[in-house]
Amino acid sequence: MRKFLSDNVVNIKPSGIRKFFDIVSEMKDAISLGVGEPDFDTPWHIRDEGIYAFERGKTFYTSNAGLKDLRIEIANYMKRSQGLNYNPDNEIIVTVGGSEAIDIGLRAIINPGDEVIIPQPSYVSYEPCAVLAGAKPVIINLKAENDFRLTPEELLEAITDKTKILILPYPNNPTGAIMEQDDLEKIAKIIIEKDILVMSDEIYAELTYKGKHVSIASIEGMQERTILINGFSKSYAMTGWRLGYACAPKELIQQMTKIHQFAIMCAPTISQYAAVEALKNGDDDVKEMREAYNQRRRFLMNAFEKMGLECFEPFGAFYVFPCIKEFGMTSEEFATRFLQEEKVALVPGTAFGECGEGFLRISYAYSLENLKIAIGRLEKFVSKLRG
Amino acid sequence: MKEELLSILEKNSRIDFSELAVLLGVSEEEVLKEIEQLERDGVIGGYHTLINWEKTSIEKVMALIEVKVTPQRGRGFDNIAERIYNYPEVKAVYLLSGGYDLLVILEEKSLKEIANFVSDKLSTLDSVLSTATHFILKKYKDHGTILNEKQKDEREVILP
Repeated sequence: MRKFLSDNVVNIKPSGIRKFFDIVSEMKDAISLGVGEPDFDTPWHIRDEGIYAFERGKTFYTSNAGLKDLRIEIANYMKRSQGLNYNPDNEIIVTVGGSEAIDIGLRAIINPGDEVIIPQPSYVSYEPCAVLAGAKPVIINLKAENDFRLTPEELLEAITDKTKILILPYPNNPTGAIMEQDDLEKIAKIIIEKDILVMSDEIYAELTYKGKHVSIASIEGMQERTILINGFSKSYAMTGWRLGYACAPKELIQQMTKIHQFAIMCAPTISQYAAVEALKNGDDDVKEMREAYNQRRRFLMNAFEKMGLECFEPFGAFYVFPCIKEFGMTSEEFATRFLQEEKVALVPGTAFGECGEGFLRISYAYSLENLKIAIGRLEKFVSKLRG
Repeated sequence: MKEELLSILEKNSRIDFSELAVLLGVSEEEVLKEIEQLERDGVIGGYHTLINWEKTSIEKVMALIEVKVTPQRGRGFDNIAERIYNYPEVKAVYLLSGGYDLLVILEEKSLKEIANFVSDKLSTLDSVLSTATHFILKKYKDHGTILNEKQKDEREVILP
């Protein structure tokens, strides 16, 4: 069978999380802090709108780019949240989650041999998507001492004359790091000078805990070279609805729409109707969830401080990324032993890039009661290791 | 901090000061001061427990009573409301807009006691014009809490 398979696909390593997943699934009584999706249900008024769309028989394809009403609401949201003007007619495409937008965005721009710069630790799909698009991924290993922000020096060092695009994954999964206005201005300057593009994955834009999220597209001269990706999964707790979008210059959206049109046709129609409601009337839900996440984040940071576990303070997404180097174990060893001995599942930092070695991703998309139990066990485990 | 503090306490009044301080990212002293102030100002009126009596063997009957009254010169509805809410078996009294004036929530041990309250005490008040009593058959949700619901985490255990 091997001879029938694509070398390009065969050579992609399966997600590092998979192996771990299999171990956890076998342990029935384990509690998990390993999930990268909200614990909240989709707010009822949004679900209700989905049901209403079913009742009205809204079960046909939409236009390839997505419902016009939804694109208008996305444009409105971009205007009110970032002061950005996108034309709903030709600068916005509705996709099947943010992940499809990442895929088609890369495929729309890559020629063989082009380089894609990917800062890590970061979400698991950038590198394989770049490879499948025929690009050469160039990894930047972000540093804990910079709070996992991308520095201008790191970026300059990675840029060659083959560089086509930088992926900018902030607020970041798995570290929880954010990039603020002045960090972004320095990056933007280089992007413009070196004449490259940015794919800014802002799926966690609504989940920041230190002022509002700033999009790099809002910096002078950047909108015309940014593929901005966002979606409904994290901000409105709508992961299963599979709905995201990309905003970009029309020349790019035009090419992305072609791939989307032939591979996907359109994003799920019912989800699109529900998403219109989310953008129109969901601000209060987002605020409420953000506050709950922020309380849990403070709880975890306080717990780490008490047990003397090193961890930079993250201000985005719903992850903390503590350092476990003091125990002289790899992330995977630590996570495996912790799972076996204390029955708590965490994700080893290495699942998000080699430079995640020595770190763990802890998700706080869990109730406080759950977090308290898990942290109690972590405390026990840590003191056992310290002897 | 005030709004966040109140919304935490509204869901869990038993939470201790040290945990509140952690969740809100302020010191314990600040939390203590704020709560004392809120209690003094009457913003926090009490700390109650949400009890699902249906799950006990103790009999409780609850009724919502719509009451139409004649407001009194100079005192409006306040006087008659006071005469009603002073009964300890009255759990709540609200003044409403719309078809009737006061909504009275009553809790008693039996249907008969409710009937007695309405016929003997409530209807006989001078300003009461009419009453309509609705018995509560089942509580689905109370104080923002869905009763009889078990939350189950249906997510995959590990996800990127």
